[in-house]
Amino acid sequence: MTKAAPEPVERPTGTEEDVPGASVVVVGGGATGLSAAWWLARAGIDVLVVEAGIVGFGASGRNGGGCTHGYSPLFVEEQRLWPMMDDLLGYPTEFSPERIRIAFDEEQMARLRRTHEIGGRLGFRSEELDSTQLREVVPLAGEGSIGGFHHAFGGHANPHRTVQAYAWAIQDHGGRVLQHTQVHNFTMSGGRVVAVETSRGSIGCDQLVIAAGPYTGTLTALLGTEVPVAPARAEMIVTEPLPLMPLGGVDGNGLYGRQTLRGNLAYGGGPHEWFDLDDMEDQRPPSSPLSRSIAKRVAELFPKAAHARVIRSWAGFIENTPDGRPVIDRLTEPENVVVATMSSVGFGLSPASGHAIQELVTAGRCGFADLSSFALARFDGLDPDWRRRRGWVSTPATL
Amino acid sequence: MAREPEMSPAGMDRTSVSGKTPTIAEMTDLLVIGAGPAGCAAAIDAAGRGLKVMLVDENPVDFEAMNNEIPLHFGGRMTGAVRNRNAMTDAVLEGSPAIAEAFEAGVDVRLGTACWGLFVKAPTATWVDRPMAGIADAEGVRHIGFEHAIIAAGSRDMGLAFPGWELPGVMGAAAARRLATHYDALAARRAVILGSGAEALLTALTLIEAGTACAAVVEAAGAPIGPSDLISQITERGTEILTDHVVAQAEGDLDGVTRVMVAAVDRDGRHVAGSARAIECDTVVLGIAAIPAIELLEAAGCRMTFDARRGGQVPVLDSGQRTSRPGIYAIGDIAGIWPEKSTDPSVAVAEAQRAVAAILATEDRLDISAAPPEPAIDIDAYLKHWVRASVIEAAGEPHVCQCEDVTARDVLEVRPPRYLDWQAPTQKPTDLVSLLGNGPPNPDQVKRLTRAGMGQCQGRRCREQVAVLLALGAGVPLAGVPLATYRAPVRPIRLDQLAETEEQPEMTETWEGWFGIPSMWLAPWELGPDGRPLADDSDD
Repeated sequence: MTKAAPEPVERPTGTEEDVPGASVVVVGGGATGLSAAWWLARAGIDVLVVEAGIVGFGASGRNGGGCTHGYSPLFVEEQRLWPMMDDLLGYPTEFSPERIRIAFDEEQMARLRRTHEIGGRLGFRSEELDSTQLREVVPLAGEGSIGGFHHAFGGHANPHRTVQAYAWAIQDHGGRVLQHTQVHNFTMSGGRVVAVETSRGSIGCDQLVIAAGPYTGTLTALLGTEVPVAPARAEMIVTEPLPLMPLGGVDGNGLYGRQTLRGNLAYGGGPHEWFDLDDMEDQRPPSSPLSRSIAKRVAELFPKAAHARVIRSWAGFIENTPDGRPVIDRLTEPENVVVATMSSVGFGLSPASGHAIQELVTAGRCGFADLSSFALARFDGLDPDWRRRRGWVSTPATL
Repeated sequence: MAREPEMSPAGMDRTSVSGKTPTIAEMTDLLVIGAGPAGCAAAIDAAGRGLKVMLVDENPVDFEAMNNEIPLHFGGRMTGAVRNRNAMTDAVLEGSPAIAEAFEAGVDVRLGTACWGLFVKAPTATWVDRPMAGIADAEGVRHIGFEHAIIAAGSRDMGLAFPGWELPGVMGAAAARRLATHYDALAARRAVILGSGAEALLTALTLIEAGTACAAVVEAAGAPIGPSDLISQITERGTEILTDHVVAQAEGDLDGVTRVMVAAVDRDGRHVAGSARAIECDTVVLGIAAIPAIELLEAAGCRMTFDARRGGQVPVLDSGQRTSRPGIYAIGDIAGIWPEKSTDPSVAVAEAQRAVAAILATEDRLDISAAPPEPAIDIDAYLKHWVRASVIEAAGEPHVCQCEDVTARDVLEVRPPRYLDWQAPTQKPTDLVSLLGNGPPNPDQVKRLTRAGMGQCQGRRCREQVAVLLALGAGVPLAGVPLATYRAPVRPIRLDQLAETEEQPEMTETWEGWFGIPSMWLAPWELGPDGRPLADDSDD
């Protein structure tokens, strides 16, 4: 973890409006920040979300919608909350329970077995299926698979609908969501952050949450503690709608994704691309010819959907910490700041991560899960050259 | 710290795209997309100056695609002849003598070949190491590498909902012209034309020439908006021009439209009681706005701008027809549509010459003064009036997005799709304003929530209507509504055809479902109290 002296505070120029402050300001209108703000608003706290663009327009609205993260300390809470989210939010999330995962070789099967084993250890049931059984429960599947699992837990939801549901629900509880508002800096006083300096002027706060995806590192650096994250791009493809399978949450074969409730097959997987934060400026995440390699694996997964036409692709920008695991922690200094990055796996865990952040803000600790493995201190002494050492850097111009 | 992920010999993350560059089937100096007058002129000019040129055109489009309204709104008004690809290829060649000229000039001409994506190196997509185009033809899907690409993809038509517009026989003006002239396969006996701009009137004249009667030109505005000489040519042929009118309803049977009810509208778009009357016809041609077919350019990240003089959303271009992406040029209708250009082919040809000159770095020899004049009408007010009168004031609630069954009210109230059968808690109706915050209405955000534009026609029939609805709903000019994004593939491609890829062996070997970071997937009991993996051999 790198420490640097805070930059001198400068009031940004530009449009100054009188935006009333809030008890808690959340920087970042992605699934994690929105969920945190929703939990805070539900707890009766005056909360305001500041989002540079539109809510959920980063990776939170560009993912496979999976809600099955057995290895996470937030898993049990994730499983507890999803079936209730439509009712809790008051808006539809399209959450659909259960998952089926299909393997085409032993290596894939070994990976899938881990979810089975981890789930089992925590009391969640799943069943191993052979190729014939899979074809019975997955109408679009064909020959060629060696087996898979049917998990009676997990599921999938619609990321677009869910992020907007959070945003609306925050407002229903009296919270505010400020879109199209860029954060330039923070104002300190007495060792605490007292205001967020934005393109709409200064916004006072008692507590601050930073959950800004790839920008989490540069924003926390303004406070002297840079959360180490590296940005990357990943992409997905979508087919035209097909008749609904009994269970849409089917993936495997090196893919993540689902059949949406409308019937589209939406899948991603394969290599990601690393780059520098500056490269993202004014860039819409571009999809690339990788769509063909994804299509190849979707066609293998669902041979009976081979005729379906691909009508879209998309890409998203995400961030990863050096060990690929989340950070949800309170800074030691300034002490009224909670930082969160879910390290490229944030959407499905968002009901639980938001709850954890809320408890960290209001109670100082998370009462329902052990977040010690999400502590920032694990990166103490991190080699400043950590990205290059992992090869997490832009493709050189000529290889 | 966790064990470090594997690195390639070049010091790169082995599970990243690095070193796995997409395979290219063929290379050319100049790729021209679209064999209309502008594209052919560019190809012939460039070949004559020594460039290796490939000219691709998706025509003849196969029957299945046409039935799915790809790439134009054909409305099922094709004759059976379109099922015969050889005959259609002959018809396309006969309809466009310039294609044969291009072939004679040494251009590598590929008909029946659709371009579904342009891929160029971007700051966040550097693995695309050279510009390439994704193409699809009868043999399958391939990538063509190029040094320069001139995009001359033409135009399509703005869709316009009214009760019954989903019936066969309701079609776009560009589709009607293409079937009539390029395919000689238009199955329309008697048409009503919506819109009275140059493109609509030229379409009416083309149809009359091809033997389709034109029953009426219907215009929601108070006066016809096209050039006066075209207006008189239309009236001389006995076609009535009904101003202050819209189609209130199209009626029909299994074969499609049999007649339309037209109604007079007032200045606010409200239908005048008792004004409805029937016009017998089998075809309704949507011609209220010709839309530059910018999808390839937009999906490739070329910067766009709303320019009323050029007909709406168009690429930002310099005097050499260069887009904001290096090596990509735009000419013909895609570079802008205005009456003087539609009626004078030499304007598009001049664009072709400027693009070729820019590629060969000789542009200073060319006249670059081809700026379009100020438009004769205010297209913002014109399109809003049409949408208000035809869509919002419609007696029924027609689906603006036919693929996903989305009405104007669904868009303006940001309703979730009906298949969710969502019963909203009564105290919380959603609306557009609650979505906006302080920003302009964003069609992509509305698309995600209502599904308008998410269907299999890829939004070709609804996206401009949705933009106008959002401008009306938010009380902003049409120019203030951001352009809904386009994504590759901009033509629907079968999964099994897209899948025919010879990916690099490295891609296959290192394929990961998600990032190849082993410590990402460790369960809490596999980590020590400090959050570091128990089996830690890292020296970070």
